Amino acid sequence: MTEAKTAGGVALRLHRIRRAFDDLVVIRDLTLNIDAGEFLAILGPSGCGKSTLLRILAGLLVPDGGTLDVTPTDAERRTAFVFQDAQLLPWRTVLENAALPLELMGVGRAERMARARASLAEVGLAEAESRYPAQLSGGMRMRVSLARALVVQPRLLLLDEPFAALDEITRFRLDVRLRDLWIERGMTVVFVTHSITEAAFLADRAVVLTRKGGGIKLDRRFALPRVRNNELRLSPQLAKEMQNLLDAMEEEA
Amino acid sequence: MRKALPAAIPFLIVTLAMEWLVREGWIKAFLVPPPSAVFRTMIGDAPELFAALAKTSIGALTGFALSAFGGIAIAVFLSSSRAIQRAFYPYAVFFQTVPIIAIAPLLVIWFGYGMRTVVASAFIVSIFPVIANTLDGILSTDPALRDLFRLYGASPSATLWKLRFPAALPQILTGLRIAGGLAVIGAIVGEFIGGQGLGSVVDVARTQQRTDKVFAAVLLASLLGLALFGFINILSRIALRRWHASEQN
Repeated sequence: MTEAKTAGGVALRLHRIRRAFDDLVVIRDLTLNIDAGEFLAILGPSGCGKSTLLRILAGLLVPDGGTLDVTPTDAERRTAFVFQDAQLLPWRTVLENAALPLELMGVGRAERMARARASLAEVGLAEAESRYPAQLSGGMRMRVSLARALVVQPRLLLLDEPFAALDEITRFRLDVRLRDLWIERGMTVVFVTHSITEAAFLADRAVVLTRKGGGIKLDRRFALPRVRNNELRLSPQLAKEMQNLLDAMEEEA
Repeated sequence: MRKALPAAIPFLIVTLAMEWLVREGWIKAFLVPPPSAVFRTMIGDAPELFAALAKTSIGALTGFALSAFGGIAIAVFLSSSRAIQRAFYPYAVFFQTVPIIAIAPLLVIWFGYGMRTVVASAFIVSIFPVIANTLDGILSTDPALRDLFRLYGASPSATLWKLRFPAALPQILTGLRIAGGLAVIGAIVGEFIGGQGLGSVVDVARTQQRTDKVFAAVLLASLLGLALFGFINILSRIALRRWHASEQN
């Protein structure tokens, strides 16, 4: 077990985490360290506990057993969550949606609007601030969701298959933007995905969970450049990392 | 105007068919009056009928307003915990199951003859759809959005007013639409006993075998219900047009 380090992001140390829903044990004795500032992808078959794990990391679910140590502590943690669907409030404009977390945290109107505008600009949506979610494409809605997460300056960003429903080109663009944002901000990112390509392209490290009980089948750090672009998608290095993940996934399928 | 046309055509056809059937003797005029007779009565008895309509409108609208505010407030209270729902929701269901015509005499004993009985009757009949729809809407908020609010430390009050209530708005408006029609029915029933408005006109005309006047009063009551329905539709259009599929076509 390696010692978790702290930097700009949040370090998480999970020790023998267990979680069940009624009689169904979803995660059994999972031990995992996530370093501060790390970009970790979590893969695994459907029902293996990926989303449950993410919700435990967010503090939305309490584990039945084991310990979760988070550094720094709650007050300084600033966790943001991006869901599989954009999960915007349809009665609010793009700007109001992006500002929502700050509003709930009690930040004054002028400051939260300025920060929401800056966050929207970061995901290329400055022009759409007065539109409503129903007037946006799926990719734009997901970018608003990302802007809403970024507006709190998160030290821990959790993403649950956020780009799964998008077309491939939009997905490629958002992959690159997310990676760039991670480099700029130095936050810890935990990214749940079904896509081997996305996991290898985005992350520095991937964990493949076992089909039953949320154990770890594979824990691999990638030897890939820090800055990623679309050329890397067709490179032999990425193909090799994808092969490793594919082998592990096939064994668990 | 163009929107009203599809509804006006069947009305016109039925009216003309009724006129023809009565004039030809297929239907006895003392059972169903010809529409022309109803129209003549509406003109001839206009002062009495429209004064009655005004009273019924006040009773129905007051009862409806009480149902709207009271029903939403009760639903918000019930949504605060499962224990509260279990303790009080059955009593809300009481308003749905109570036969208003059976308890209307009690209302007269409690509230006396006149407007207060009419308002109470309209309120009792129309409150349940508001409670049921509002509660259902508040409780069926997307769990992921609730998680989002929890993640950012939203207070229960912020979650209610910034998430649950706006998300429930389409269902609340559906409840109000149903309640609008029921409030008119409740007011008319209250007037049968409480002795005023269109309900009283219908009751008196019935005893005089004046079916033309009964039809004229019923027609006005229906128009009142339609007007209330239209008003809620306008509210719905204003509140939902930017974001809800029901108002975007």
